[in-house]
Parts: sequence; C-alpha cells; structure tokens
Amino acid sequence: MEYLTSSWLDLLNALVEHTIITAAAITLATLFAIPLAVLAVKSRWLVTPTLVFGALIYTIPSLALITGLWPVFGLSETTVIVALALYALMIILRNTIVGLQDVPAHVTKAALGMGYSEVALLVRVGIPMALPAIMVGIRLATVSTVGMVMVGALVGHGGLGQIVLNGFTNNFYRAPILAGTLLAVLLGLLLEWLLVLLERRLSPWAKTARKATT
Amino acid sequence: MSVLMWFTDPANWSGPGGIPARLLEQLTITVIAVLVAAAIALPIGILTGHVGKGGAVVTSVANLGRAIPTFALLLLLAAAGGVGVSAAIIALTIFAIPPMLTNANVGIAGVDPQARMAGRAVGFTGRQLLWQVELPLAMPLVFAGIRTATVQVTATATLAAFVGGGGLGRFILDGFALQDTTMVLAGVLLVALVTMSMEGLLALVQAGISHRLGRVPGRLTSSFLKVFRTG
Repeated sequence: MEYLTSSWLDLLNALVEHTIITAAAITLATLFAIPLAVLAVKSRWLVTPTLVFGALIYTIPSLALITGLWPVFGLSETTVIVALALYALMIILRNTIVGLQDVPAHVTKAALGMGYSEVALLVRVGIPMALPAIMVGIRLATVSTVGMVMVGALVGHGGLGQIVLNGFTNNFYRAPILAGTLLAVLLGLLLEWLLVLLERRLSPWAKTARKATT
Repeated sequence: MSVLMWFTDPANWSGPGGIPARLLEQLTITVIAVLVAAAIALPIGILTGHVGKGGAVVTSVANLGRAIPTFALLLLLAAAGGVGVSAAIIALTIFAIPPMLTNANVGIAGVDPQARMAGRAVGFTGRQLLWQVELPLAMPLVFAGIRTATVQVTATATLAAFVGGGGLGRFILDGFALQDTTMVLAGVLLVALVTMSMEGLLALVQAGISHRLGRVPGRLTSSFLKVFRTG
C-alpha cells in the first residue's frame, strides 16, 4: 500500500508505455496481416507456405526474438514493437486466412451473380463474413502481446515488465512485482473486453441474426 | 561469421556453462513442466468432455490463466519461494495447462454424437465408451494441445535464466550483459533450433499415433482431421 502511494506515477507511466507498445504492435500486425491473408487466399498455393512460415516464427521465443532484433533497432521501443508485431501478425494472418477460406461457396456465387466485382466481393462479402474469425485472432494476439511486452524489459522498454524486473533485482521487493503483474492482467482483460465491444459495433448484423434465431 | 566461430569454439561445448549442460537444463525444465501440466490438465479436460458438463467453466478459468504474463509469474514465484529451477517449473506448468485442457475438453466433447450412440447401442459402458470411442476420435485434438503446450514451454523455458534457473537463456542474458552480440545471436539460434526440433519430433510422434489409429473407421477420422487442420 505504501508502495502504491509513493510510486503511483511510475506505475502509471509504465502502464501507458505498456498500452502504447501493445496497441502499436497489434495495429502494425493487423495492417499487414489482412492484405497478406487476402493475397495468400487469392493465389491458393501461397496458403501452406504462409502458415508453415508463421508456425516457424512462433517457435522463436519472445526473449530470443527481442534480443535478436536488438542489434538492428537498438535499445528502443521499436525493437519490442517489431518483435511483438511479428507474433501478432502470425496469429491474425492465420485466422484471417481460415475465415476467408470458410466463406460458403453459395454466398460467393450469389454475390458474383449479383454482379459484384472482385474488390466489392472482398470488401462487402469476404471481410464481413470472416470478421468473427479475424476478431478472435486479434483478441488472442492482444492478450498474448500484453504478456510478452514484459520481456521487453530486457532492452529497457517493457512497460510494466520494467516495474516487475526492478522490484525483482531490488532485493525481491514484492510490492512492485505484484502491482505490475496485477496491472498487466487487468490490462489484458480490459483490452479483450474493448475488442469484444468493437466487434459488436463492427458487425451490427450479428445482433439481428442472434435475435432472429432465438 | 563470428557466430560460426562461437559454435566451433570447444570452450563453448564443455563445463557447466557449455552448450550440452545448458541444453540439458532447458530440456529438464521443459519435460517436468509439461508432464506435471499434462497430469493435471488432461484428466480434467477429458472428464469434463466425457460428462459434458463444466467444460465452459474449466476452460474459461484456464484461459484466464493465459492472461497472466509468464514473465511476471516467474519473477513473482522466484521472489516468493526462492530463486531457481522450481519457480521456472511452476510458472511453465501454469502456462502449459490452458492449451492442453481446452483441446482435451473440446476434442472429447466434440465427438460425433452418432459415434457415441453407436457405442451405446453395442453395449459399451461409460468407461469403454471413453477409451474405445471418444479418446481415439479426439486424439488429433488432444495431441494438438500437448504439442502446442510443449513447443511453447520449450521456447519459454528460456526465461528461466532470469531467475537463475539456467537453460539456454543464459547465453542470451550473459551475452546481453557483456554487450556480446555474437553470444546473444548464438543463444537465439540455439533456442530456435531446439524449439523447431521439438516441433518436428512431436509432429512425427503424432503422425505415428494417427497411423496406428488408422484402424478407426475411415470416414470419422478423416472428418475429425479436417476439423483439426482448420482449427
């Protein structure tokens, strides 16, 4: 308790850094993942290599990836953001590919029959139909990214990880370790909840569909 | 180039800080954590799937566990119960439970009801149904959970070095502290290599198991494999 009153400003700063790094990594990943998934699905042979490559990246531990990028980007936030964006990219990419592939053939045919161009088919049919899968990917990626940001403490940009690590090296001072951990868990849950809300906003038709079936 | 020289330097291959010793540490932590997690997660997941109740509760509790950053949990445990291997094993066990539990539960609960009814019709008891129908059919998903957990734990065991638990993470942390890029890169390569070998090994084991389960009526297995591939 004493710790909270004396260093709430440090905690707040760490929390803000944590949130910014997470948001930047997820945004970056999403911006790359969706076009890449579209590309992979369009030229079918690309799907398997993309997924295999993704699985390979995922086997590299976060500590190794962050330190591996350290000589490239230095001791900056960029190192952490790029490393985490790579992981997030793979989760979102995978889910987007699966979502796009699972668009029922009769829906695609109906849209083509109505004279949709390829672009319109993608934007007005493919993406909306794949939205639940895409959003699950983004949610999974966000929660795991919140956890992995902490490892960035190694290069001095770990958000709450910084607080936890400082407490640890500072004679196992438990208050900051506990406070940092709890805040990270809360941040993960909060972001997940916000994304669920966002998904509902983005897919108003799901609500009517839910009502219609019940 | 210097990384290549690091690997060919005999000094890096011997003693308690050599590659074989560190590799053994990493694998020991991994194997214990995965075994303990499997002993906890698989029975719970399989049982809730078999009974058809409590699955949602159990998997959501396990998924909540996913939100706890392993890094923080590791440091927290180390600060609470002394530095070292045991903290790493406990943290990694908690980390490995959710994928195994969820996949076991979903795998068993998702077994085709018709297959289950057929089992009942030929007079299987609950236990026989579990062992001879549900488990073989759910095997791809159950094994996928074990595989995901093992690969993630192998990779994450690198963090054990933070709390004095040894392992391949030592090369990365030591190299970082010494500003020795070569050592860091060598450590990164080693960890990536070990994790990928683990993934490859488990893929082979899984292929072997599915091959032996090939006796199960073809249509059912293939439809489950399809679910497993897209899932």
